[in-house]
Amino acid sequence: MDLFHTFFDWPSMWAVFPTLLSVGLVNTLILAGASTVIGIVIGMILAVMGISKSAWLRIPARIYTDIFRGLPAILTILLIGQGLASVGRSLWGPNPYPLGILALSLIAGAYIGEIFRAGILGVDKGQLDGCRAVGMSYAKAMRLVVIPQGVRRMLPALVNQFIGNVKDSSLVYFLGLLTSQRELFRIGQDAAVNTGNLSPLVMAGIFYLIITVPLTHLVNYIDRRLRRGRKITSVSSGLNELSELQDAELASISPQLLPEREAGATGTQTNPEIGSKA
Amino acid sequence: MSIASSVGAETRARYRGGQLDVIDLHMSFGPVEVLRGVSISVPAGSTTCVIGPSGSGKSTLLRCVNRLQEPTGGDLLLDGQSVLKTNPDRLRRRIGLVFQHFNLFPDHTAQQNVTLALRKVKGMSKESANAIALSRLAEVGLASRVDHRPASLSGGQQQRVAIARALAMEPEVMLFDEVTSALDPELVKGVLTLMEGLGKRGMTMVVVTHEMNFARRVADQVVFMDEGVVVESGTPADIFDNPQSTRLQRFLSEVL
Repeated sequence: MDLFHTFFDWPSMWAVFPTLLSVGLVNTLILAGASTVIGIVIGMILAVMGISKSAWLRIPARIYTDIFRGLPAILTILLIGQGLASVGRSLWGPNPYPLGILALSLIAGAYIGEIFRAGILGVDKGQLDGCRAVGMSYAKAMRLVVIPQGVRRMLPALVNQFIGNVKDSSLVYFLGLLTSQRELFRIGQDAAVNTGNLSPLVMAGIFYLIITVPLTHLVNYIDRRLRRGRKITSVSSGLNELSELQDAELASISPQLLPEREAGATGTQTNPEIGSKA
Repeated sequence: MSIASSVGAETRARYRGGQLDVIDLHMSFGPVEVLRGVSISVPAGSTTCVIGPSGSGKSTLLRCVNRLQEPTGGDLLLDGQSVLKTNPDRLRRRIGLVFQHFNLFPDHTAQQNVTLALRKVKGMSKESANAIALSRLAEVGLASRVDHRPASLSGGQQQRVAIARALAMEPEVMLFDEVTSALDPELVKGVLTLMEGLGKRGMTMVVVTHEMNFARRVADQVVFMDEGVVVESGTPADIFDNPQSTRLQRFLSEVL
């Protein structure tokens, strides 16, 4: 019975609930959201560098990625948060919050860069050929066709990254936050110390789960849909292919001869001259 | 088809194909020489079929002609003017290329596949791009399928969308890279018939193909390539009925 109250002491859970909701949740979402957005920008740059032909771009991207993926998050957060504290102080005063976001972003950027790189490289090379054959520049082809296709398959991994950032945002408490800046974990932790009971931390944990569990299922749902692909809406026999062409020939000669289903659309195409060199 | 060839050919839109000259074209991937001096002349409005064993450099030749791959030597003339120094993106509007695997944009409808380049490369308004797309798709027999995505079209229909997409750019030359090789047998004829129609209506075409009957019936000129050079070229009758080189004789005995 004692053990039950160690974790689920309702009074201390409810006591911390309003602060968790109005302060902790907001800060956790700000930290995770901002670091995901900035991480996406960093990741984009890293991915473009990473698939570049030039080793001068590729190698720095590789080194960055190896370092920030290879270090424990807590170490990076402490190094950035404390190492750059004096720089931060001169820019925005004694406030570790932006540095926490920066550290989380730098880490997320390394992971997101790899997600983007794999996503872009995973797009069929024929897509780029298809774009270039109709006169698109490399940049336009990437922007209009290749990257959008890549992004769609990156979506599950990106949502996963956001979930990771939600959890990692708890590490920022090591930098020492103001009362109003505390995120979920820190608020639960403070209350646990004050009450001598773990229940506030359990309440904070429930908040984390409320964010992460639905997102995890969203990822699975997106993933399943991408795998299954779109529903096929119609099937036609391969034996009809030639008659489709003959209908078009007939239509171009005299639209009246045509079976009604195509008359409207093909009637508009009797333009006499194509292929003009303008 | 009989209707189309007897009556339709005269009443339908005509193309103004350009003259294409490939002069001593070389292309290497690093130390590997894929094209070792290829020269082909394709008169305006004529059809040249390129045949040859795999690895002979046929596909590379096509990719070099519209500079998806930059040639490492030689020259390319379009209507008598060298196009190796011009902007490759602009050149590719004048030389269309259709691929074996279509390379359609899977998230776009047939119509959007055609309009994308019209809008983003030629900067057309939505209305004029749509109008062109509808007429090109009607021309390839897909007027009733403009809103379908590639996944719900047959391979033959997808390939015809790809041809419509290339035609919409109003090219002077069309290149076809084994465009029926990935198709089920019953779908091949539709695509070949369409190509034959384009040729009859004045398009300049270079067709890399394994369809020997098509080459024999439609080509004005047949070019046999092997190991990065043109081994033999001539009329279909020259090539198929009276092959000179042993390599061509061997090739024909394998494929016919």
